[in-house]
Amino acid sequence: MYNQDFFFQALIYLGAAVISVPLAKKMGLGSVLGYLLAGVIIGPFIFGLVGKEADEVMHFAEFGVVLMLFVIGLELQPSLLWKMRKSIFGLGGLQVLITTIVIGAVAVMFGLQLNIAIAFGLVLSLSSTAIVIQTLTEKGLLRNTAGRSAFAVLLFQDMAVIPILAILPVLATWGGQVNLAESDLNKITGFASMPGWAQLLLIIGVIASIIFIGRVIARHVFRLIAETGLHEIFTALALLLVIGIALAMDAIGLSPALGTFIAGVVLAENEYRHELESTIEPFKGLLLGLFFISVGASINFHLFIEQPFRILGYVLLLIFLKFIVLLVLGRIFKLRKGYEFLFAFLLAQSSEFSFVLISFSTQNQLFDTHTAGILLLVVTLSMTISPLLLIFNDKAVRPILSRRQNKQDFDEFDEINPVIIAGFGRFGLVLGRFLLANDIKITIIDNNPANVEILRKYGFKLYYGDVTRPQVLEKAGIGKAKMLILSMAEYDEALKVAKYVRKNYPGLQILARAKDIFHVFEFYKLHVKTVQREMFNSATELGVKALVQLGFTKHEAYRAGRTFKHHEEFVTEELYKTWKEDEGELIREAQRFSKQISETLLTERNYSIHSTDDSWDADSARKESIESSSLNKKKGNTLN
Amino acid sequence: MKRILIIFAHPAVQKSRLNRKMLNAVRGLEWVTVNELYENYPDFYIEIIKEQQLLMLHDIIVWHHPFYWYSAPALMKEWFDLVLQHGFAYGEKGRALEGKDAISVLTTGGQKEAYSKDGRNRYTVNQFLVPVRQSAALCRMNYLPPFVVHGSYTISEDEAGQYAEQYKNLIIGLRDEKYSKNDFLGVEYANELTKKHV
Repeated sequence: MYNQDFFFQALIYLGAAVISVPLAKKMGLGSVLGYLLAGVIIGPFIFGLVGKEADEVMHFAEFGVVLMLFVIGLELQPSLLWKMRKSIFGLGGLQVLITTIVIGAVAVMFGLQLNIAIAFGLVLSLSSTAIVIQTLTEKGLLRNTAGRSAFAVLLFQDMAVIPILAILPVLATWGGQVNLAESDLNKITGFASMPGWAQLLLIIGVIASIIFIGRVIARHVFRLIAETGLHEIFTALALLLVIGIALAMDAIGLSPALGTFIAGVVLAENEYRHELESTIEPFKGLLLGLFFISVGASINFHLFIEQPFRILGYVLLLIFLKFIVLLVLGRIFKLRKGYEFLFAFLLAQSSEFSFVLISFSTQNQLFDTHTAGILLLVVTLSMTISPLLLIFNDKAVRPILSRRQNKQDFDEFDEINPVIIAGFGRFGLVLGRFLLANDIKITIIDNNPANVEILRKYGFKLYYGDVTRPQVLEKAGIGKAKMLILSMAEYDEALKVAKYVRKNYPGLQILARAKDIFHVFEFYKLHVKTVQREMFNSATELGVKALVQLGFTKHEAYRAGRTFKHHEEFVTEELYKTWKEDEGELIREAQRFSKQISETLLTERNYSIHSTDDSWDADSARKESIESSSLNKKKGNTLN
Repeated sequence: MKRILIIFAHPAVQKSRLNRKMLNAVRGLEWVTVNELYENYPDFYIEIIKEQQLLMLHDIIVWHHPFYWYSAPALMKEWFDLVLQHGFAYGEKGRALEGKDAISVLTTGGQKEAYSKDGRNRYTVNQFLVPVRQSAALCRMNYLPPFVVHGSYTISEDEAGQYAEQYKNLIIGLRDEKYSKNDFLGVEYANELTKKHV
C-alpha cells in the first residue's frame, strides 16, 4: 500500500498522544507537557519511532497555531480588542523591546558581535503562543487578568514578527557578511523586490480585503453553503477560508497567524460564528497536539549530551532574563497580588516563531549552523520546561507569596456586620442586592480583584480577600457575625471554609450555595443544612413558564412548580441517606450519580403534580350529590 | 384530658403584639399543639396529608386569627379549601372530624359596640361567623361560642396581657374538660366562661 508509511506515522503520533496526554492530565501536568513528553519518547533519542520527518511534521503542524488564533479571534469581539490596545502596544511593545535589549546585552557579555547579539535578543524575546494559549484555555485563565495581559503580549509579538523578519537581513549586512536570502514564498511572488510603497499598499489591500470579505461577503457564502445541508462542505469552506488567508498573508510577508486572527475577529459578530468554531476546533486541537509532539521529538539530545550543563545553563538564563523583564513590566502595568508572577511564568519561554526566525537568520548567514543548533535546542527546551514553571508557580511561589503578603493580601475591613457574604459573582450579586434591599447590613468578600473593582464603581461596598484564609474571616468580623453565606462558585473552597467555620465558630449560622446534589450532601455532612442548589430554582421557574405557554393556567403551573420543589426536597433527604450508606462502599462517583438519577426519576413516575390539588377537584362531591339527589327523587316518587 | 390543636393564621404577626402575647400564652402548654400556618406555609403550599393527620390526632380544633373583612386571613381560607376535603371532613364517608369541638378565637380592630345592629358593622360577630358555624356543622363538629378580643388597635399593654391570660385559661379549661355542654348555652362569647373561673 502506497500510504503505509503515512499511516504508520499517524499510528505512532496518535498512539503517543492518546497514551501520554491523559496520563499527564491525571498527574496534573496539563496536556501540553503530555504532548511534549510523548514527542520525546517517540523521538530519535529514546525509541526512534520517528526520525527526520519530525521537522516536516512540525512545519505542517504549525498550521495548528494559525487555526488556534482564528478560533481565538472568533471569540473576541472587535470592541474588546479595542479595549486591550494599551496592553497590546504598551505592555507588548515594551516586552519585546526591553527583552531584546537585555538578552542582547548579555549576549555581548558572552563575547558575541553586537549585530548577532541583537538578533539573539529579537529571536528569543518572543514567547510561545501555542503553549501559552493552550495552557490558558485548559486552565480557564483566558479571562483572568494575568491571562489577558499575556494574550495581549502574544498578540503584539505576532505582529512584531514582520518587522523582525525585515530587520534580521539588515543586521546580517551590518556585520559585514553580505548575501541576502529571501524566504521561498517571497521569491515566488516577487514581493520583496517591490518598492516599499507598493509593499505597504499591498499589505493594506490584503488586510482590507480580509475585512471586506469577512464583513460583507462571508455571511452570504456561509448561508448558501449551510442551506445545502452538507456539513462536510461547510467544513471544507471553513478550512478553505483559513488556508487562503494564511497563504495570502505569507505571500506578503505577514504572519499567517496574525491574518487568520484578524479574520476571526471580523467574523466574531457573524451568525455562523459558533458553527465555524466547532468546525475548526478539532483540526486545531489535533494539529496543535501534533505540533507539540514534533517539538518534543525534535529535541536534539545528542547536542545536549555534549555539554548538558552549558545548555541547561543557557536555558535557565534565558528563562530567568525573560522572567525578570516580564515581572517588572507586569508590576508597572498594575498586575498585583501574584498575577504578575503568573504573567511572568506564563511567557518566560521562547516561541515556535523563534524556529522560523533562527532558520531565516541562518539563511542570511547571521548565525552559523552550530550556533543555530544550540539556539534551537535552547528554545525547544525552554518551551518544554515552561509548563513546569506554571506548576512551580502554583505549588511553590503562590503559597509563599500569600503567606508573606499576609498583611497586604486583603483589604482592611472598616466595619463589622452581622452577615458575611463570601463570593460576589453572579450568584452573590443577586443575593447581596436582595439583602441590601431589605436593609440587612452585609460584609462582602470576593477573591477576584477585577470583580471587586468593577462592583465598587457601582457603589457596592466590598472587600478583596480570600475567605479560605482564617485571618481574612477573622478580620471581617466572623467572631461577631451571626451568619456566613457561602455564595462562592469554588466547590472545594466553600466546603473548606464551612468545615473551618463549623469547627471554630460553632454558633455561627452557615448558608451555602451548592453546585449540585453531591455538593449539597457534602454540606449536609458538615451540618450545614441551609443549602441552595444554584440551578434548581431557576430551571424550575423557567419550566413553570413553559407550562403556562403550553396551556396550563398560571396558578396550575405555579402549583406544579411548587409541588416539584417540595418533591425535590423530599427526594434530596432520601438520597442523602443512601448517599451516606454508599459512601462507605466507595462506589465510583459516576456510577453513584447514574444510580441516583434513576432513583430520582423513579419517584417522579409515581407522582402526579395534581395529586395535592384534589381538594379543588369537585368530582367526588359531584358524584355523591348526584347519587343522593336521585335517591331523593325515588323517595319522593314513593311518597307520591 | 383533651388534645387541642390551635391553628393560627396571621400574615404579619410581627406587627401584632396582641396576637403574639396570646399565642405565647398558650404555646408550650401540655396536650396543646400550635400550628402556625403562615410560618409553615409561607408559599401557601399547604401539606394536606400532614394537616389532616394533625386534625385526627386532636379532639378540639381552635381557629385563631385576626378578623379580616369579617372573615379570616387568606391562608386560613386556603386551609379550609384544601384540608377539609370531601370524603375526609364531609360527605357520606367523610367522618374524620365527627364529634370534635371547634372554636374560633378572633381579634378585631373595632369595639364590641361596632358589631351590633346599630353599629358601624351592622351585624354581630356571631352573625358574621355563620359560614364557619355551618362548615363545622357540615363536618359534624360542635361549634362553641367564639373567644373575641375587640379594639385591638387601641388596646393597652396591660389589657393585652389580661386577654392573653384569659385565652390561656380557656384553653386549659377546655383541655381539662372543666366546662359542661350547658356552660356554653346562651353564651355569646367564650370570654364569659373564663371570667367565671379566674
